[in-house]
Amino acid sequence: MADATAQTAPTTPARPGRFKEFWRYFRENKGAVVGLYIFAAFLLLALFAGLIAPHDPLVQYRSATLVPPAWQEGGTWSYILGTDPLGRDMLSRLLYGARYSFVVGVVVVILASTGGILLGLISGFAPKWLDTFIMRLMDIILSFPALLLALVLVAILGPSLVNAMIAIAIAYQPHYVRLTRAAVIAERSKDYVISAKVAGARLPRLMFITVLPNCLAPIIVQAALSFSNAILDVAALGFLGMGAQPPTPEWGTMLAEAREFILRAWWVVTFPGLAILITVIAINLMGDGLRDALDPKLKRS
Amino acid sequence: MSEPVIVAEHLARHYEVGGGLFSKPKVVKALSEASFTIMPGKTLAVVGESGCGKSTLARLVTLIEEPTAGSFTIDGIPGTKNNWARLRDSVQIVFQDPYGSLNLRHRVGSILEEPLKINRPDMSAAEREEKARAMMALVGLRPEHYDRFPHMFSGGQRQRIAVGRALMLEPKLMVLDEPVSALDVSIQSQVLNLLLDIQERMQLAYLFISHDLSVVRHVADEVIVMYLGRPVEFGTKDEVFAHPRHPYTKALLSATPTTEPERKVERIKLEGELPSPLNVPDGCPFAPRCWKAQPICRSTRPELEGSGHRVACHFPED
Repeated sequence: MADATAQTAPTTPARPGRFKEFWRYFRENKGAVVGLYIFAAFLLLALFAGLIAPHDPLVQYRSATLVPPAWQEGGTWSYILGTDPLGRDMLSRLLYGARYSFVVGVVVVILASTGGILLGLISGFAPKWLDTFIMRLMDIILSFPALLLALVLVAILGPSLVNAMIAIAIAYQPHYVRLTRAAVIAERSKDYVISAKVAGARLPRLMFITVLPNCLAPIIVQAALSFSNAILDVAALGFLGMGAQPPTPEWGTMLAEAREFILRAWWVVTFPGLAILITVIAINLMGDGLRDALDPKLKRS
Repeated sequence: MSEPVIVAEHLARHYEVGGGLFSKPKVVKALSEASFTIMPGKTLAVVGESGCGKSTLARLVTLIEEPTAGSFTIDGIPGTKNNWARLRDSVQIVFQDPYGSLNLRHRVGSILEEPLKINRPDMSAAEREEKARAMMALVGLRPEHYDRFPHMFSGGQRQRIAVGRALMLEPKLMVLDEPVSALDVSIQSQVLNLLLDIQERMQLAYLFISHDLSVVRHVADEVIVMYLGRPVEFGTKDEVFAHPRHPYTKALLSATPTTEPERKVERIKLEGELPSPLNVPDGCPFAPRCWKAQPICRSTRPELEGSGHRVACHFPED
């Protein structure tokens, strides 16, 4: 026990050093900090939607359809952002929708990045024929517009939120593969990799323990940026009826359902649209800041 | 007193370069006809200008690449690919650039323990740490450095870490690929003394690759001079430095700065450029730049001849 404490004690000062350095660079970009705060707020709202939301997002108040927001004539404070054509509370639906968007972002990024990193690592270390095979396969996927490819895949798999996420993850995969492969090839010829080889390290160890940690910075940035793209694309699929199905309070689906009421009730489309806009901008700003902070080439001393 | 640690015979390594879909690749003879032995506790220095095959030799001896021709044995075991795993313990390398040779994402402790983790799978974590800490003391690092990352160290300290990592498996042969060229002069001597100190204690054989003749003079027992992938002169340090026989060695030595400004040195200026290794001239590779070249030099390649102090030249100096 005493041994363990002695070991952890000297470890602690090194950690904040790196984090502090990261934060120092990240803080320089004001937009990124604002983005981070908005993202954090979005995360909290999604987590505590059950506590904050005034109503159940699926309950239809038949007596109160298309009620305008509270500050407009005819609005009530019981439905702060108004209700939709079926009498469901907009605010509650938006809060629960944040959950879906967050899950979509996380799942798509995890699926796309694990697959992409794995393929990229293999491609970077593989003999030339396998490398060429993987890269040309990725080029084929890249040659379709991401949304179009996702649409085709959803059409094959059947429309649902889970299938939409899988489809988008597949469409995003090549970006991770290319990024990882480029970083791996740059690192692979460095002396520390050769010295690991001289020490007898086998391929899996070289790939995951020696090289991968040194390639993570650009991948993290890509993950942050594709997080927002995933939210946007799933919303787009939802809007086209190929993503989450009603009555799921997903932002894109909400937009699609309310399309015919655009002229009569501005709030049913404006609020989901704003929610998508704000989250995507916030995450993109944050991603830019991450890139500035993590990319050593952009660092100023 | 004992068996040589490494015996290399006629080592060669050729690379194919270029060559697209329709063109035939060209062959670069990066190294040919390298033969040498090193005894325990001795240092063999390999000198020559850039591109003469020094680092290729290092890559062959450290089992990173297979020789195209020739063979070598380490500790009596042939260095063929099926023996590589067995020989990993016996030969280790220290690289030139201490900024590139350490993994920036690993702590000093885990850098030192990695060779043990791979090659001694049944060693316990506590035992590994104990060994790593002992090694840190040996190479002159303080105990608190165990948990730090390489970017927190200066070049000299990093090179100490690299030396420590190479020593973790208690190798018999260390390949030092210009271990001090990237360091400040004041740090160079510290690292060199550390290396010499360790060599004496552990009876290590060093293959010391360098282009810095003053460093070689300090550490070497024997010297191989290489030119364009071929050894051109071999001898003990004193012989080679006092009586260079190959004109190229003579030119190299005359280019070394001395600390005595009074002494008049005759500097030999070599004309022309190093020929491309893609297109090595017939005959002596040094002939186009040699001031003593005769017709025979351009037609027949001289072999490394003689016993003891050997030289590959038709008209060696005496």
